[in-house]
Amino acid sequence: MPTTWQEIFDLGARDTASSGVEPESDEQSRGVFRRLRESLSKSRQALVEEISASLFDRIDEETWERLEEALIMADAGAPTTAEVVEKLEREVESGAVSADGEAVRERLIEILAEVASGGRAPIDLNGEPAVLLMVGVNGTGKTTTIGKIAWHLSKEFGLSVVLAAADTYRAAAAEQLAEWAQRAGAELIRSAPGGDPGAVAFDAIAAARARGADVVIVDTAGRLHTQGNLMDELTKVRRVIAKQMPDAPHETLISIDATTGQNGLRQAQLFTEAVAVDGVVLTKLDGTAKGGIVLAIANELGIPVKLIGAGETLEDLRPFDPEDFARALLAE
Amino acid sequence: MFDQLSDRLQATLSEVRSRGKLNEGDVDAAMREIRLALLEADVNFKVVKSFAKTLKERCLGADVLESLDPGQQVVKIVNEELTGLMGGTGRDLAFASKGPTVILMAGLQGSGKTTACAKLARHLGESGKNVALAACDVYRPAAVDQLVTVGERAGAHVYEQGTDADPVEIAAWALDRAREDERDVLIVDTAGRLHIDENLMDELAKIRKRIKPHDVLLVVDAMTGQDAVGVAESFAETAEFDGVVMTKLDGDARGGAALSVKAVTGKPIFFASTGEKLEAFDRFHPDRMASRILGMGDMLSLIEKAEQQVDERQAEDLQKKLEGDRFTLEDFLQQMRQVRKMGPLSGLIGMMPGMGAMKQLKNAEIDEGELDRVEAIILSMTPLERANPAIIKGSRRKRIAAGSGTKIQQVNQLVKQFDQMRKMMRQMISGQQPSPEQLMQMSGGAPRPKYRRR
Repeated sequence: MPTTWQEIFDLGARDTASSGVEPESDEQSRGVFRRLRESLSKSRQALVEEISASLFDRIDEETWERLEEALIMADAGAPTTAEVVEKLEREVESGAVSADGEAVRERLIEILAEVASGGRAPIDLNGEPAVLLMVGVNGTGKTTTIGKIAWHLSKEFGLSVVLAAADTYRAAAAEQLAEWAQRAGAELIRSAPGGDPGAVAFDAIAAARARGADVVIVDTAGRLHTQGNLMDELTKVRRVIAKQMPDAPHETLISIDATTGQNGLRQAQLFTEAVAVDGVVLTKLDGTAKGGIVLAIANELGIPVKLIGAGETLEDLRPFDPEDFARALLAE
Repeated sequence: MFDQLSDRLQATLSEVRSRGKLNEGDVDAAMREIRLALLEADVNFKVVKSFAKTLKERCLGADVLESLDPGQQVVKIVNEELTGLMGGTGRDLAFASKGPTVILMAGLQGSGKTTACAKLARHLGESGKNVALAACDVYRPAAVDQLVTVGERAGAHVYEQGTDADPVEIAAWALDRAREDERDVLIVDTAGRLHIDENLMDELAKIRKRIKPHDVLLVVDAMTGQDAVGVAESFAETAEFDGVVMTKLDGDARGGAALSVKAVTGKPIFFASTGEKLEAFDRFHPDRMASRILGMGDMLSLIEKAEQQVDERQAEDLQKKLEGDRFTLEDFLQQMRQVRKMGPLSGLIGMMPGMGAMKQLKNAEIDEGELDRVEAIILSMTPLERANPAIIKGSRRKRIAAGSGTKIQQVNQLVKQFDQMRKMMRQMISGQQPSPEQLMQMSGGAPRPKYRRR
């Protein structure tokens, strides 16, 4: 059973049963999952054929090489790839896994899903209001993701959302978020361009309190993890939020573009040093990139993926399910 | 990081020195390390495979110089090959002979197209060109607003029709306006699109057909991983791009995508975008990218940029000062080469006027390998550095050492010796005999005695 919205969001004491909103039905979730798997598989024929070919013929030295190649090409990185392949190889050689294509493939999926589950936890929205901070490198899809999350929180749980346009640097950033706020039915708090990002977050939380809104999502400017002063600024924004509400931000998510290579690991590392990242949103999975870097992030940093984005419309967001992710990688 | 690769190679090749030549086993072991380094750098797996093949051939043919650390020698070869691969072929930005030059920008979502458009506009505007922009991204919320804002900052007019018109029509209209307004350049921004999105790729092809750009640039994020190849191939087929703009190079992504795209499409990388400010935009340097991919860092670009302004002034002043002492490392290199052509140096030294009396020097063993090394070091210097070795500090020393496969101390030694040699030459010109100490310093220390004296 794939992870549901109810499982990925921890809403704490909120009674959403009486919100009058129907949680997504099995049929709907299967449909969305199928669409997602299709979009994930769109250009994966090559990978599928490689994996199928290598696993359904003999199990020999070439099998392991081809598997290595496939995982590297998925951006899993050399260390994680080596770990996974060696583990599987050992199990097959020891007889723990029988040396036939199907069994090996199923075990591989299990191993990949295990790796992808590193640090697994739901998105913590236990607060009144709950504060969610979005961070990440330029161009990874923070603002679009915020729009999607806001829409899903409203649609799935009937929650009211306030968006904080704390990207006061990028040209027309507030306008961009304003458009998403409108589409998602959320309120927007912004300042003049060049204003203090911390102040915007502060105002948004105050406004949410005043209006009894459920969730505040704070957008921040894209920044490279190598820019010390910008990372310091981010730490400051977090501090402002924490000062205002002791448990906040309740959740900090980093957006990672699925096309990102090994640098994704560095990004996750350094952003966590600045603001204690709780989870990853893996974006742009509707392309041909496999997003394997999240395996490395979960495996080496213990930071779990919580959401995946696969498209530019409000609906194109899904709770991360490790087995689905692993299976979609090898789907026929 | 360079040290890491070089050290790893050295450990792998520790047996080589005594053998003098790299055999196949050595090279295979070295190739494994190189492949790992390149994969770490996000170079595409298949590109790494084929590159390693070419590299292996070159390494097998190479002699291991006795004075050079085999690990460093291999790195030197890799660096050269990478630089060659990413530079060389391909044309420059094409300009129209009359009417506006049309430049079409394309790429994935979030790659940095809009910012790159503004930067390119500013860059071209610097040479006095009248540059305008066309806002053809009607999908991304506030994309038009963003381009208008950054366009203004760049001093370029933005032609836009909001988000209700068709991008192909906007592009055509903008070109007409640009012609009327007698613009020199029109840069067309487009929406980010997936290379597998048929509709949007069709749209891009239509835009291209309609406005017939002189240059189509693919904007690629430096942190892109293995996917870069698929993306580049698709865009090459549909958009037939002429060159690449690499963005977000101010991060610490090693940037292997640059090599992948070049290797697979043959298209050159025109520009490097190195920061969020509009000024952070340079012509692409293949040698720096090669060092960066190998993990040798590209701090050089940043530091050198800062030093550059001071350098140019310094160089001018110094040039005037050096009028009297014009002898540069370049000259030294030429002289040395000419002399070596004549035969082993040990024989020649005795022939030099005034040297006859210097018995110690006559018996000195001249290490020809040392001279090879000196040549390599000088060849890794820029013309500016050869003319003015005083500027060779920190990062430059590192780069020169890396490029020549030598150690930083050896670079230091050469610069010091050259200085002393120049002093000595001035003395000789003015009629003074160089002292034995000076000669000793110049040859790098006391000649190796054959017997230990008590």
